[in-house]
Amino acid sequence: MATKTYREALNEALREEMHRDPDVFIIGEEVGKFEGSYRVTQGLLKEFGPMRVKDAPISETAIIGSGVGAAMLGLRPVVEIMTINFILVGIDQVVSNAAKISYMFGGRAKVPLVIRTPGGGGHQLGAQHSQSLEHWFAHIPGMKVVAPTTPMEAKGMLKASIRDDNPVLFLENLALYNLRGDVPDGEYEVPLGRADIKREGEDISIIAHSRSVQLALQAAEKLEQDGVSAEVVDVRSLRPLDRETIVGSVRKTNRAVTVEEGWMSYGIGAEIAATLVDEAFDYLDAPIKRVAGREVPMPYSKVLERAAIPSADDVVAAAREALA
Amino acid sequence: MAATQGQPTVAGAVDRHTPLGLTPDDLKRMYYLMVLARSLDERMWILNRQGKVAFVISGQGQEGAQVGSAYALEPGKDFFVPYYRDLTVALTAGMTARDLMLALFARAEDPASGGRQMPGHYGHRAHNVVSGSSPIATQIPHAVGIAMASKIKGEDVVAAAWFGEAASSKGDFHEALNFAGLLKAPVVFVCENNRYAISVPETKQMPVPNVADKACAYGFPGVITDGNDVLDVYGAMKEAVERARRGDGPTLIECKTYRIVPHSSDDDESRYRSKVEVEEWKRKGPIERLRAYMESQGIWDEGYEREVRERALSEVNDATEYAERAVSPDAVTILDNLFGRV
Ligand SMILES: Cc1ncc(C[n+]2csc(CCOP(=O)(O)OP(=O)(O)O)c2C)c(N)n1
Ligand SMILES: [Mg+2]
Repeated sequence: MATKTYREALNEALREEMHRDPDVFIIGEEVGKFEGSYRVTQGLLKEFGPMRVKDAPISETAIIGSGVGAAMLGLRPVVEIMTINFILVGIDQVVSNAAKISYMFGGRAKVPLVIRTPGGGGHQLGAQHSQSLEHWFAHIPGMKVVAPTTPMEAKGMLKASIRDDNPVLFLENLALYNLRGDVPDGEYEVPLGRADIKREGEDISIIAHSRSVQLALQAAEKLEQDGVSAEVVDVRSLRPLDRETIVGSVRKTNRAVTVEEGWMSYGIGAEIAATLVDEAFDYLDAPIKRVAGREVPMPYSKVLERAAIPSADDVVAAAREALA
Repeated sequence: MAATQGQPTVAGAVDRHTPLGLTPDDLKRMYYLMVLARSLDERMWILNRQGKVAFVISGQGQEGAQVGSAYALEPGKDFFVPYYRDLTVALTAGMTARDLMLALFARAEDPASGGRQMPGHYGHRAHNVVSGSSPIATQIPHAVGIAMASKIKGEDVVAAAWFGEAASSKGDFHEALNFAGLLKAPVVFVCENNRYAISVPETKQMPVPNVADKACAYGFPGVITDGNDVLDVYGAMKEAVERARRGDGPTLIECKTYRIVPHSSDDDESRYRSKVEVEEWKRKGPIERLRAYMESQGIWDEGYEREVRERALSEVNDATEYAERAVSPDAVTILDNLFGRV
């Protein structure tokens, strides 16, 4: 076991998978010579050469779409999109192509494509660089959507995503890249489709994904000072959603708060709350509370941005309401 | 293309401005706009390094392409659809140093958006400067739509869109230019080819040597200009604007230029280009080039230079002090302007 950053863990997963399987290759803007906008592809161009680490022009539709084509021919492209916001200009290739081709082709083509991209805000990058849109993709049959939150998961889930035969949206986050954590030495995978209990508790379940898991953990510590024992469920996989783990936690604690950075309407909290009403209704002692971003384009101003993004205190406040 | 490309104009050169309809005062105005833009831009970097502003994206080195093109439009009437390097376009259209600093500091009084929009995303309703989105090339179709509206309304308003060479790799570019060609829309597309898209050189961006070459697919002219020669750009733009106003349709103008600063305050340019290369381009910069030309025409001397520098500096100081003192937007106003209220 060694301590590594989330970024290093991703880099290791890419390197190991490229050694293991000659069909794995990388395409994206700034992934080669520049070694990745967030340095995730550091050293890979030198090690694997330009046929397997492809710098692309600024053409998201062509990047994702050619990834789909190469995947249909049996390669395993790992596409890097600079931020989830820029998937929008190529979104048809994800939603109407990557996710549908197997079905429309009578199952005669697989699309083992991974799209790695960071989402979220909080860095004063404004309305079009700060969005949380992962649930758009989680809405789509034929897609998988995962969001690891620790270096160990980053490595294990990226490996599992590359080996998966279906299109996977692999969500990263600027605030997580420098996060340190233990990463096992040998070969391992973290299976997709499994939530993870990040902290055990008895009184309330806080259910979150990606960077919001950190808010949930901070909130759980604050609540502990008041004698409240909060359980933190890291959703980790938005599609398929591990309903069993989420429902199991709430059947135990009888109260739930969901946390997401994106907008509340039609969001991830909505899906989870509906699941809990379906499958844990008789266990609920209080209405489910949702914490989410303000329903406004992300403002640039620090003052406004702070007001737009949920904080650990917002999570604590929501938990107190659910516990009242 | 001007014969002077790549070379400072030598003293005694022919008068190139009068045939373009430019007076010595026009040249002085253009020169001042470039010096002001450069001084503002340099101050913005200092403020970023001091930790006072979160983000800077810069137009240094590209002022010539910007003022040369924007100056051929009619402020208050025509539409300016810039991209994030177009500080000099914004100033030429009528925005002030204070306007730009207020946006940089994200102040409540920022006329672009009251602190909502990112710096570099210039916007000002009264000056017809249209705020754009961060994903590149997405503003180009807007300019086509504005030009189409002008035609539908029977006005003789022209729209111009500015963008980098990598924006021409986007579908939005292709679709917008194709549509504009079909519509014969009164629009001018101005590409500031600064040779790089972050770290990616133009040769890795496109398999043709010039962005202007792409115009042949859309049925209108593509013109290559020396983007560091204000007069060359102005001449091409003037013709394109007249063509558009006459109803003869769009033009694509490529300005060959160079960005002499990192891509943004988050970039590390040592990863992809040498200091020597950057220094070489600084010597061939647009401000230096226009200065040499003005001197050759007896329009510039040391005294004038001092006056210009002092005036620019005092404008920048005033704008910085004003914006630093101005207040941030109040959090209770966060939802304001979610829907328009023109
Ligand atoms: C659709 C999209 N993809 C990627 C980016 C990230 N990005 C911002 S600027 C830039 C380079 C653009 O280069 P160019 O068009 O030549 O303009 P320059 O910055 O050189 O002036 C990139 C890749 C973006 N803003 N939008
Ligand atoms: Mg460029």
